[in-house]
Amino acid sequence: MGKYIKTRRVRGIRVPHNKGTKDCATRGLISPPFVVLPMSQHIGAPATPCVKKGDRVFVGTVVGRANGFVSADVHSSVSGTVREVSPFLMPNGARSEAVVIDSDGEFTPEPALRAPEVETAEQLSQAVAASGIVGLGGAGFPTHVKLSPPKNCVIDTLIINGAECEPYITSDFRGIVEEPESIVEGIKLVKRLLRIPRAVIALEDNKPEAAEILRPLLKESGIELLMLPTSYPQGAEKVLIANVTGRAVPVGKLPADAGVVVLNVGTVASIHKYIKTGMPLVSKRVTVDGDAVSEPCNIFVPVGTPVSFLIECCGGYKAPPKKLIMGGPMMGVALYSGDYPVQKNTNAILALSQIELTGTNACIRCARCVDACTMRLSPVEIQTMYETGDLEGANALSVMSCVECGCCTYACPAKRPITQIMRLAKLGIRKAGIK
Amino acid sequence: MTNELYVTSSPHIHSSKTTRAIMLDVLIALAPAAAVSVVLFGARALLLEVFCVALCVALEALWCRLRRIPVTVGDLSAAVTGLLLAFNLPAGLPLWQAAVGCAVAIIVVKMLFGGIGCNFVNPALAGRVVMAVSFAGTMTEYAYPATAEGLVASATPLGIIKDGGSVDALTLFLGNHGGVLGEVSCAAILAGGIYLVARRVIKPVTPVVFILGEILFAALFGCPHPIEAALSGGLFLGAVFMATDYVTTPYTDLGKAVFGLGCGLITALIRTFANSTEGVSYSILLMNLAVPYINDLCRRRPFGKEAGK
Repeated sequence: MGKYIKTRRVRGIRVPHNKGTKDCATRGLISPPFVVLPMSQHIGAPATPCVKKGDRVFVGTVVGRANGFVSADVHSSVSGTVREVSPFLMPNGARSEAVVIDSDGEFTPEPALRAPEVETAEQLSQAVAASGIVGLGGAGFPTHVKLSPPKNCVIDTLIINGAECEPYITSDFRGIVEEPESIVEGIKLVKRLLRIPRAVIALEDNKPEAAEILRPLLKESGIELLMLPTSYPQGAEKVLIANVTGRAVPVGKLPADAGVVVLNVGTVASIHKYIKTGMPLVSKRVTVDGDAVSEPCNIFVPVGTPVSFLIECCGGYKAPPKKLIMGGPMMGVALYSGDYPVQKNTNAILALSQIELTGTNACIRCARCVDACTMRLSPVEIQTMYETGDLEGANALSVMSCVECGCCTYACPAKRPITQIMRLAKLGIRKAGIK
Repeated sequence: MTNELYVTSSPHIHSSKTTRAIMLDVLIALAPAAAVSVVLFGARALLLEVFCVALCVALEALWCRLRRIPVTVGDLSAAVTGLLLAFNLPAGLPLWQAAVGCAVAIIVVKMLFGGIGCNFVNPALAGRVVMAVSFAGTMTEYAYPATAEGLVASATPLGIIKDGGSVDALTLFLGNHGGVLGEVSCAAILAGGIYLVARRVIKPVTPVVFILGEILFAALFGCPHPIEAALSGGLFLGAVFMATDYVTTPYTDLGKAVFGLGCGLITALIRTFANSTEGVSYSILLMNLAVPYINDLCRRRPFGKEAGK
């Protein structure tokens, strides 16, 4: 055990829950007239489109091939005809190729789909790579990479992330309530094939109903259930590892370097479903919420469904939206248009009728950002360094460790965009090649 | 509809705490001590407090107007500075002298360095020290409450203790003795401090370390009544309201503890060995100057970084 860096518990901050959709059973799959499938829905190299205009595709047909190891296949989520393959502006400003498919509304599955034979860790990793599954907690890291830890890393703990610490989002919670068997079977499979001695499902203690449902299924399974305090960002990978195992992921390293693999509850459920049926990741359980939405709910959505169509399926807007957020309010991305599609790693769409643009005041050096920082950095000093152009200094204060959880900005009484400054500092350091 | 969407960097929600709310909490926390000062020293205390607050706010507003920058008095920090400065004055001080202190605090120490968040020493304390050396006579003509009895009716507790006498601790704690406006009642200051801690405006670490450190060092240096001495003078006022000023104190808990300990040590040194009976202002101002170094040495170790690397 001595080889791991020990750490104290990461306490996090308190944010409002707003989990109003937690009791609403997931509505059935909606049928969009067309879907837009960007080739970059994951961390890593974008996939390469492998269909052309006019091609007939089915649910589960590969439309984009992974480009290298850290990449993921993209599959059609509807049956229909490819309308076009064209560049698409992502919310982060980058351009990515996207395959647009006109749906025939039939959802005919790809005839060639077969449930894969999976008896070894290698086969599991290959199968998951073929399924296009990426981290469904939000980051979208290709899952087969996580399932192929470097040979020099001994994995002794599998953590299943059901913390769902972001306000509003309840899709993971609904997943636990509605299909706990898929989750438990998925965990058993990964645990067995990767020969991981310890498996822990980590929940926040504001979800006792989920714990009640899981507990009977975990009897004699060797899987632990751990209730962690409700705090943000409890579900951030490094925070979760620290609070479950007491180990810190070394700076610039991956969870495997702390002997841990972390998978989201939705991810293990998707793995189980793929192994059983051979159907890749083509639809998602998504929380639709926010005060501008008529019918906040959880709903099954084909990947690629335009957000505006999804909102229409939820009764449309009841107030003009000022902000459309893909993901939670702490780390989600503000969309520039309702044309943007739901991605594989999308777990929520929020439409807010109010924006919190209060104007920025002078920093009073209260150090609330220092107390709030998950990674124990000194945002107050890093922001000053960035503003004075001292990128080397910001790098020396480990700004590259920032996980962009948003706690500093949330806590700031002067309403300064500290997280954004951290991002800009990281970008500047990368561009300048500062080591 | 969609062309009215706002796009900003996450997070998209913020806590309800604002600079103004924090400063309002500080003003509320100062209210008990202000009330005690009016009870003990009469209407003249109220006049000084209102005068200093109004002048500090007016000076900051005027400065912003003249420089054609946004007027920042709405954050209430100038009002806090004004009240804290008044708390450091004896009740009988001429108003024009108080005005000089306000001008030094707001114009010289705060605005010339860039306004809120940019001053490197505490404005109220710097104003007080300038007044203490400029108006040495009137600044030490302490007022004595009519209700005070015995030695404390004509001398300050610190003077009495330094001359070898002793003062009843309960009298000191409640504040029925002479001194400057805001410092006399430890009970009132403590009530304000507890309010600030409960509202999470300040952390208790600095005041606790400062006060305990001062008692410890005073005892080590041979003070016969270290606890009574700690209850006398400006120690509680300084520890609770000045040494916890955000701008001029360290960021981390460890830094705050180092800061408090340094303040305690310097206060005890001045009170024991210097000509002056009081050393709280100087100790805090000196430690203010050390804050950049303390911050540099007391940063938290980033998550996932190994010790010593």
